[in-house]
Amino acid sequence: MSEWQSWLALLLILIILCSALAVLLLKNHVAAVAAASVVSLALAVLFALLRAPDVAMTEAAVGAGLSSLILAFGLRRLGLWRIGAEAQEKGEDD
Amino acid sequence: MMLAIEPILYAGAIGLIAIGVAGMALSRHGFRIVLALALAEAGANLLLVLGGFREGGVAPILVGGGNTASMVDPVPQAMVLTAIVIGVGVQALAIALLIQVKEHLGPIDRQGLRDAMEADIDRHAGLPLPESLDRPLSREGER
Amino acid sequence: MRRFTSLLFAGGLAFLLFSLVATLDFGDPPMRIGSGILAQAPAQVGTANIVTAVVLAYRGIDTLGELSILFAAATAAGLVLARPGRAVSAPKPGGFVLRVGADLLLPLLVVIGLYIIAHGHLTPGGGFQGGVILAAAFFLPLLASPGREPTHAGLSLVEGLAGGGFILIGLLALWQEGAFLEPLLGTGQLGALLSGGTLPLLYLAVGLKVGAELSALLARLMGEGHDVGD
Repeated sequence: MSEWQSWLALLLILIILCSALAVLLLKNHVAAVAAASVVSLALAVLFALLRAPDVAMTEAAVGAGLSSLILAFGLRRLGLWRIGAEAQEKGEDD
Repeated sequence: MMLAIEPILYAGAIGLIAIGVAGMALSRHGFRIVLALALAEAGANLLLVLGGFREGGVAPILVGGGNTASMVDPVPQAMVLTAIVIGVGVQALAIALLIQVKEHLGPIDRQGLRDAMEADIDRHAGLPLPESLDRPLSREGER
Repeated sequence: MRRFTSLLFAGGLAFLLFSLVATLDFGDPPMRIGSGILAQAPAQVGTANIVTAVVLAYRGIDTLGELSILFAAATAAGLVLARPGRAVSAPKPGGFVLRVGADLLLPLLVVIGLYIIAHGHLTPGGGFQGGVILAAAFFLPLLASPGREPTHAGLSLVEGLAGGGFILIGLLALWQEGAFLEPLLGTGQLGALLSGGTLPLLYLAVGLKVGAELSALLARLMGEGHDVGD
């Protein structure tokens, strides 16, 4: 890896770890799904830096796209889809 | 200044696995456990790809009769390719199971689910419910 | 106590893995099978993208097993979610712009997905990536106008035909060459669109199967449910 690639990889690793912590610590489930999508997207760029373009394409399409869609539909069917002011109300049931 | 990138990359992959495992063990909500599982999976994939990477390697795609000696190892990449797609299938199955659990038992956080399952087992076994039951029953008691 | 032990376990796991890799350089020691495949793949299989050669030729049975796992997961999710006899709540249809946009995007997405599948043996891409794009293409009209009934029968037909085709090509290779999923039809010229023998056909089957399975899964998951924000 050349030098700028090393620094970019360091930045991506930081983004991945911070977003992974955010997935576990954020209260709002929709925000957690968005953070998981950020992890996948940064991971896809990192795969491209690691000379694995096939894996990068799969991770971008599956991890950042389809997986978020599945999780979002799951949230909707579980009745946990709350954004903004609604999210302030406490309570898990509908 | 040249950056020593190897330990950082390995630390990233292992940190992702550790965050995922700790999240699976510590999370109370079922949905959060599924998310943590996806994180641990991503970390394992990154570790596998790192195992095939090598300094100065090129992507394993032949362009204009280049030589193959300088390419990175294609076998871990092929394995990760299939692992990602399997991962999304497993995730969808877990979400489907969570939806069914929610519809049949009610709560999907760890404590509420345990109470609901115990109450359900007691009801099916015909046991009397304990007297000091101050927790909600599965579907009758709305919080 | 429980939190402490869990964190201790995760930390110990991280320490163990890190002590395993800390002393190694990247790609050292090199795996013999990897370098062997790299040296032989262009002449033996004839694909410019060597990952494709590994996925479909050297580890073809692995891919078949992966398709089986995906099929099992999608079927199980469908079984768990399917509840006949419950009234479908009528969801709100999308607006005019959304519906027309979805109809416009559908052919473009299908073309891009098929392009990525067809060039899987030459450039990065292939059945899995293109299949996911195809799944998005089939799912887009459902997302824009939710009243439309998904054609589960057609998706199952595509899925079954693709899976059957994959196994049939493998059995043909077993009959002709003596090894399951061995590439047939010669290698062709390296880098041409029609090269790599049966590998593009196998990747097409993988792509159609993945696309049909995932879009059926998404349609099931979308199903009848709570409306947003209710």
